[in-house]
Amino acid sequence: MNVRILALCLFASPALAQGFAGLGQQAEGFALPRRGDELTFPRDHGAHPDYRIEWWYLTAVLTGADGADYGIQWTLFRSALAPEAGEGWESPQLWMAHAALTTPDAHHVAEKLARGGIGQAGVTPSPFAAWIDDWQMQGRAAAGTDAISALDLTAGGAGFSYRLALDAQGPLVAHGDGGYSVKSAAGQASWYYSQPFYAVTGDLEVDGRAIPVTGQAWLDREWSSQPLAEDQIGWDWFSLIFDDGARLMGFRLRDAGAGFTSATWIAPDGTPEPMAPGALRVTPLRKAQVAGRQIPVDWRVELPDKAVDVTVSALNDAAWMGTTVPYWEGPIAVTGSHSGRGYLEMTGY
Amino acid sequence: MIAAALSALLSHWRRQPLQLAMLLAGLALATALWSGVQAINAEARASYDAAAATLGQDRLARIEAEGPIPQDVYIALRRAGWPVTPVVEGRLRLDEGRSLHLIGIDPLTLPAPAQQVDFGQGDALLPFLRPPGLLFANAETLARIDGAALPPLRLADRLPPGTALGDIGQIQRLLRMEGRISHLLLDPEAAPGPLPALAPGLRLLPPDQRNEVARLTDSFHLNLTAFGLLSFAVGLFIVHSAIGLAFEQRRPVFRTLRALGLTARMLTGLLLAELMLLAGVAGLAGLGLGYLVAAALLPDVAATLRGLYGAEVPGTLTFRPGWAAAGLGIAALGTLASAAQGLWRVARLPVLAPAQPRAWAMASARAMRRQGLAAGALLLAALGLLIWGTGIVAAFALLAALLLGAALLLPLILSALLRGATRLARGPIAEWFWADTRQQLPGLSLALMALLLALAANIGVGTMVSSFRLTFTGWLDQRLAFELYLSAPDEATAARVTDWLQPRADAVLPIFRAETEVAGRPAQLYGMTDHATYRDNWPLLAAVPDVWDRLASGDWALVNEQLARREGLSPGDPLHLPGWQGRIAAIYSDYGNPSAQVIVSTARLLALHPEVDRRRHGIRVAPDRAAALADDMRATFDLPEAALIDQASLKGFSVQVFERTFAVTAALNVLTLGVAGLAMFASLMTLSGMRLPQLAPVWAMGLTRNHLAWLDFLRTLLLAAATMVAALPLGLALAWVLLAVVNVQAFGWRLPMHVFPLDWLRLGALALLAAALAAAVPVRRLARLAPADLLRVFANER
Repeated sequence: MNVRILALCLFASPALAQGFAGLGQQAEGFALPRRGDELTFPRDHGAHPDYRIEWWYLTAVLTGADGADYGIQWTLFRSALAPEAGEGWESPQLWMAHAALTTPDAHHVAEKLARGGIGQAGVTPSPFAAWIDDWQMQGRAAAGTDAISALDLTAGGAGFSYRLALDAQGPLVAHGDGGYSVKSAAGQASWYYSQPFYAVTGDLEVDGRAIPVTGQAWLDREWSSQPLAEDQIGWDWFSLIFDDGARLMGFRLRDAGAGFTSATWIAPDGTPEPMAPGALRVTPLRKAQVAGRQIPVDWRVELPDKAVDVTVSALNDAAWMGTTVPYWEGPIAVTGSHSGRGYLEMTGY
Repeated sequence: MIAAALSALLSHWRRQPLQLAMLLAGLALATALWSGVQAINAEARASYDAAAATLGQDRLARIEAEGPIPQDVYIALRRAGWPVTPVVEGRLRLDEGRSLHLIGIDPLTLPAPAQQVDFGQGDALLPFLRPPGLLFANAETLARIDGAALPPLRLADRLPPGTALGDIGQIQRLLRMEGRISHLLLDPEAAPGPLPALAPGLRLLPPDQRNEVARLTDSFHLNLTAFGLLSFAVGLFIVHSAIGLAFEQRRPVFRTLRALGLTARMLTGLLLAELMLLAGVAGLAGLGLGYLVAAALLPDVAATLRGLYGAEVPGTLTFRPGWAAAGLGIAALGTLASAAQGLWRVARLPVLAPAQPRAWAMASARAMRRQGLAAGALLLAALGLLIWGTGIVAAFALLAALLLGAALLLPLILSALLRGATRLARGPIAEWFWADTRQQLPGLSLALMALLLALAANIGVGTMVSSFRLTFTGWLDQRLAFELYLSAPDEATAARVTDWLQPRADAVLPIFRAETEVAGRPAQLYGMTDHATYRDNWPLLAAVPDVWDRLASGDWALVNEQLARREGLSPGDPLHLPGWQGRIAAIYSDYGNPSAQVIVSTARLLALHPEVDRRRHGIRVAPDRAAALADDMRATFDLPEAALIDQASLKGFSVQVFERTFAVTAALNVLTLGVAGLAMFASLMTLSGMRLPQLAPVWAMGLTRNHLAWLDFLRTLLLAAATMVAALPLGLALAWVLLAVVNVQAFGWRLPMHVFPLDWLRLGALALLAAALAAAVPVRRLARLAPADLLRVFANER
């Protein structure tokens, strides 16, 4: 049997959008985001089994004691075959996870798959824990604070592992309309919030070498049932952490035409400001040959409303995720009107 | 020159089509029996390998515990960083006589080497994971389980026969193993450290290159191989006699060719080429025949292997090029071996030697003495092997030495008998008859040896099978002492049924079974509750006094004969099982079971294995009430058909397995006898053409052709009868070796020998019939011989 095909069927997700037929379908029986509903915590930190797809997506830009830049990724995807939690092996909930570690000259990737209902993988909202096998995102928030405001993160694979402590320095940020994030001109939407204010300390291990690191991390939470319009073929997603404390989340969904862009401006105090569709402009500047494809690894990112006109460039052009569903995901440096660091994700190339 | 020489050589076969037919038939038959057996063995081995490689278990390490592994342990291992994948395995009874080996997997954690089923473009995956699920099986299995109440089925050619593969959740439900896992698999390189002690007896085993089934069935296949070899040897007698004759008759041709300038080397080369051509033709025919033989026997063999060892072998044959090559090779080798003597003589043939046909294969007194010495040496070797030999190979070497030694001895014995008869003979015709018979003996001796071997094999194997049957059925009567056997669908039902039975049955006793280990090898562990059923019936071979009281105490155990022989155990010896140290109270016979078995008290079993499956029970009830009680139970508890088996059907099933086990042996036996008959026919045909110089003077002196023909017929029958008499002690010796040596080595049990004189009479009659049939054609030919042919003998007198 072919696990790759399996995962393609089950995990063709917006973040990993490859234009697979599976997502063009109507979300039969699955819940759909409704404008006006409100996010509730800690409940919404946990899983939403009645939605088709969901993820806990953490990226961190780090600096080692050796002075080098690093990036890590820890992602847990949930995909439901039917809108119910279910018990034991019969549970229709399936889990997939990716872990990656990027250095200026290497990119390590690992992947895991699991069935729901048997305890091998899952998410509990409070106390917060997200896990698959021995990869964990374990909450250690003090009572009375947000359940994900402090996390311990571990994962590893061939040639790499990391163990990091994350402490939020700011509030949760809801994108779109109170978390209701529109994904196309036709109105497809998802629930989407972030915790973009983590301070990080911990250790990486690369090819047997331990490296103490510090830096910043960004957690994205998103769930939906039918997030893509039928003609959308992929997306480019940016999370930028500026040196002045502001953050910018922006993405472009590509289609046959001009595409659809959306952005959230996050003030240093965490106040989100949703930008109008089309306010964000992204332009590829340089392409690199990666995994047999032409991938744009340097971009011009413009948000005139906030006087943002920056160039972002990949720390490592070869940050290719050769996983079941392949995509590009890696740390970037930001220069221009603003300076800082961030993460770039590109799918559908 | 070469072409002319070759055509001269080959023209012989044109003039002697019958001889050619005999040669080809003998070689083809020998090849057929040999390669047929090989095809069966190859098919079975391929299935074992496929089964061993199922889920990549030949490349993946395995984690086992005592009994099933709780699913929590699997999760705990995953969360500790062990990349293990769970497997649930078991046998599902579909209905009376049909069962299916089920394997449950989790496709999401299955490592690459374990991937067995092609999910196509993934369209089979979602149905596989979601209710009602999907079961994959190969075409043969699909046909076999057609109509059974199972989830939707789909074809997957790479699965071993009799096996269906499904999602782990689905299979857990079907096998009623919810929350339990049979074993875990993982890449041996991927273990992150020493295995944590999460469950009792949890242990990591390296990849298994050769599975237990292959080990268990080794002796069965060796048995088949030995029979194939015997048939092959018998077939070669025909080949030898036909080739010998052809060489002898072509002496003048050889001499002429040499005189014309063909070198000895060239002549030998040409003859060799001719032989290889014949071997090729006959080998191909033999392969075709062998394929048919194997295809005809395979269903029975498959049924035997399934019944006896639980090994799944398909009932249909696959063509394997390697097998065909081996078959042709053995045909060529057999031809060369049979022709070696003739070729040697041709190579050393003096050019100017008179082209006088020597009496073919005429044995000199010296040759006889040599043969006697060889026979003596072989019989001595057999004796040595009997005393000092160990292992199944030594047992078969003993058989071979005994048979070959006896066969070589036969002409000597017959010759001595005939000498005696000559001395006792009164009257010229009688004296001539005995003298002429003695004179013919060398020419017939090979055929008679073949007949001896075939008859002895028949007697020996027949005696073994009959002894086994007698012992086995008696043993079954003792062993299957319960009127009804209950296998409840689950433990709760089992408990309710046994409660309900308390006032209705004479006794309800648990039959619980766990897996254990003795001396590092797997064994079955049963619990026995102290009861008259066992005290009165259980077939003990050796025991300490008060065996049943001791067993009930929980500190003593019973072991089966197989285990006792394997480990050299006797009553009173200590016995060590994981978690228990006890002593052996008795050894019991356990025919038909290839595995080691230990019995302890039920209380002891439950203490050692609290998780043991408690669904099986034996029910004692008056035999005439058994059927009514069974109906009552089925109706009251809505039990499936397979949940209750009565004693008669269980016995029927066991006897059926037994009969099938020996059906193959019986078939090979008959074929071997047929080959021996043919060998006899070939020799007689040969002789009849050469005997004219001896017969002509007798005819000239006034004996009619009819009279001569009758005397010839009588002679053949007499020789066959004498051979049958000689085969009797040899056959009995063979039976004894099979029962007391081969069976013990192959299966681990020794059987008492019973003799069946009526069978001998039948076989004797059969042997005489075969001889009569073989003699019919040459004798008829003699009776109708033109007087001119007889006269010509004098004209051609050299």
